[in-house]
Amino acid sequence: MSRSNARKNILNAVRHSLGVTDTDTVREKTVAKRLKAHKPNLVPEIAKVSGKKAVALISEKLEGQGATVSHVDKPDQIPERIAEYLRENNLPAEFRTGDDSMLSQIPWSKASSLTRHTGRGQGDDAVTISRADTAAAETGTLFLTSGADNPTTLNFLPDTHIVVIRAKDIRGSYEDAWNILRKAYKKQGLPRTVNLVSGPSRTADIEQIIVMGAHGPRRLHVIIVG
Amino acid sequence: MKPTSRAFKSNASRALRDEPLKSALSGIKHGFVANRARARANLPEFEDLRDEARAVKEHALAHLDLYLEAYEKKVQETGGQVHWAASAEDARAAILKICRDAGAKTVTKGKSMVGEEIAINAYLENAGITPVETDLGEYLIQLRHEPPSHIIAPAIHLTKDQVEADFRKAHTDLPSARTLEEPEQLVAEARAILREKFLAADVGITGANLLIAETGTSVIVTNEGNGDLTQCLPRVHIVITSIEKVVPTLEDADTILRVLARSATGQEFSTYTTLTTGPKREGDPDGPDEYHVVLLDNGRSEMLGGVFRDMLRCIRCGACMNHCPVYGAVGGHAYGWVYPGPMGAVLTPSLIGVEEAGHLPNASTFCGRCEAVCPMRIPLPKMMRHWREREFENGDTPTLYKLGLKLWAFAARRPAIYHRLTGIVSPLLSRLGRKGRFSSMPLAGGWTRYRDLPAPQGKTFQQRWRERDGQ
Repeated sequence: MSRSNARKNILNAVRHSLGVTDTDTVREKTVAKRLKAHKPNLVPEIAKVSGKKAVALISEKLEGQGATVSHVDKPDQIPERIAEYLRENNLPAEFRTGDDSMLSQIPWSKASSLTRHTGRGQGDDAVTISRADTAAAETGTLFLTSGADNPTTLNFLPDTHIVVIRAKDIRGSYEDAWNILRKAYKKQGLPRTVNLVSGPSRTADIEQIIVMGAHGPRRLHVIIVG
Repeated sequence: MKPTSRAFKSNASRALRDEPLKSALSGIKHGFVANRARARANLPEFEDLRDEARAVKEHALAHLDLYLEAYEKKVQETGGQVHWAASAEDARAAILKICRDAGAKTVTKGKSMVGEEIAINAYLENAGITPVETDLGEYLIQLRHEPPSHIIAPAIHLTKDQVEADFRKAHTDLPSARTLEEPEQLVAEARAILREKFLAADVGITGANLLIAETGTSVIVTNEGNGDLTQCLPRVHIVITSIEKVVPTLEDADTILRVLARSATGQEFSTYTTLTTGPKREGDPDGPDEYHVVLLDNGRSEMLGGVFRDMLRCIRCGACMNHCPVYGAVGGHAYGWVYPGPMGAVLTPSLIGVEEAGHLPNASTFCGRCEAVCPMRIPLPKMMRHWREREFENGDTPTLYKLGLKLWAFAARRPAIYHRLTGIVSPLLSRLGRKGRFSSMPLAGGWTRYRDLPAPQGKTFQQRWRERDGQ
């Protein structure tokens, strides 16, 4: 069967099963309206938080899911916090980031011990740093988007992943977080990849015992700025 | 794979004698079941969200043709390609062609039940392409040449010791004196071996938990991150999925995701939920050059018009099998094909025929727990009954079974005879049963081999009712 035939046959079979007639235009309007409105369905109460409450909730959720969280007031305190974190965990004082505007402007030289590499993730990266565009506090979920700023491979290849997020970018619900991305990307639609990350990698495939670091990072550390 | 669903009875008998299997399955109650209950208790709106999630899928299915067209248009606009496949054979051919065009030698794979349904691994292997499963559970069963025994925990039937033995047999380059006793050591070994495969693969194949029409996006949900390494490293990404996965908007996806992980593993949200829209964009330093979606029908468009339409709402969380007493006793392999448990008992006859899989809808005690926990409120027991009716109408019911039913119907329609019989048989059985139970009984060997049959105690219901009335 040729490809275009398969398409036609499947769609016809679907229409036949649904009892659709050609003269029916109501369905098309219903669909167009729903796609355009993208109205939220029921949003749980727990997700209706913002500001300090959202920061507190996301910290609690992330820690409950095996991540660690720390706070700094200003971006220029990030290098020191990272240097400290790496020392505490006996990790090498080097890391990789993308071209993210916020991460690029950080005065890394303040913590002279740190070496910064840039570019996409490599198979033997020990530590990488990304910035999350937004987050949904309801389940401690960070929204990371692909591109040169924060390459997707940085989220999955390292042993330790550090994610920086500004407190003001944290929202309560997934719906609120999508609206941030919709505003940022407008007509382009979604970025190629949006990773919703809620903790370090894990598996329970052997006797349902949870083991961290299945394929992705063994450790996830989140730094909330502001 | 060739189904063995016809042999459900003997498969189940074998499973009941399998001690390692019994030990492996015993963990479900304290794992998945307890965790789901906790997740449900922690979200007051959970039951309302189930209603909303059902409504989302109902709406999407009622407008499926239009949402599929809208979805396809967006995929194409963002540089991806959609391949429509009416049958498993068409889907396999489409995937092989993409792999050949890419000059692929090795293919990494994220976990995909549709991939199992079309048996893509064997097909690629026959064509000289090496598929490597990267989900730890899938990797384990690939080493053992077994099908998955659970839709979200494919190796749930295995014990740690079995995994250790398999790794020692397969990973012969590693020192034989190494210790592999703890799950951490086993996971670390698999991680190191599969990391090399991820980096070397030419094509990555993943499934999709959802498709979003609004944005032309495919969504995968994992805890390991293997699906992400499968799709962001190779030059070509293929999504193998089926037509009923499409939902209208990101908001609709949110609703389904809020019940998915809670119902499946009892997590509030899976560790990684990934939304993918098209191939690498200008300036992207990583991501695939090509993004293909193979959209499988394989009988689903027909299900849409019949009594099994509700089954198309299934989001493959596995809650029905986690809570099923039959699944808990015999495990997934007894069901003989790709989809086990209550959802498999309904879906399998639709996909491979009632002649092949007519036994499966009988593998139920009709306790109703599957429907009670299904996040999409699929009336699984009702649909299993539909299949039983069809089996009966087709005359596929065994003769002895029919004879028994006829005898019972004869007596049940004649109350005088029925009461007389129960009045005689019940006290007789009561006296014969030692300590109130039978450890063996003619014609009931299938039951008494694995558990005692309780002997009737005291008077019959009718006798007690009369006494109560007389008071």
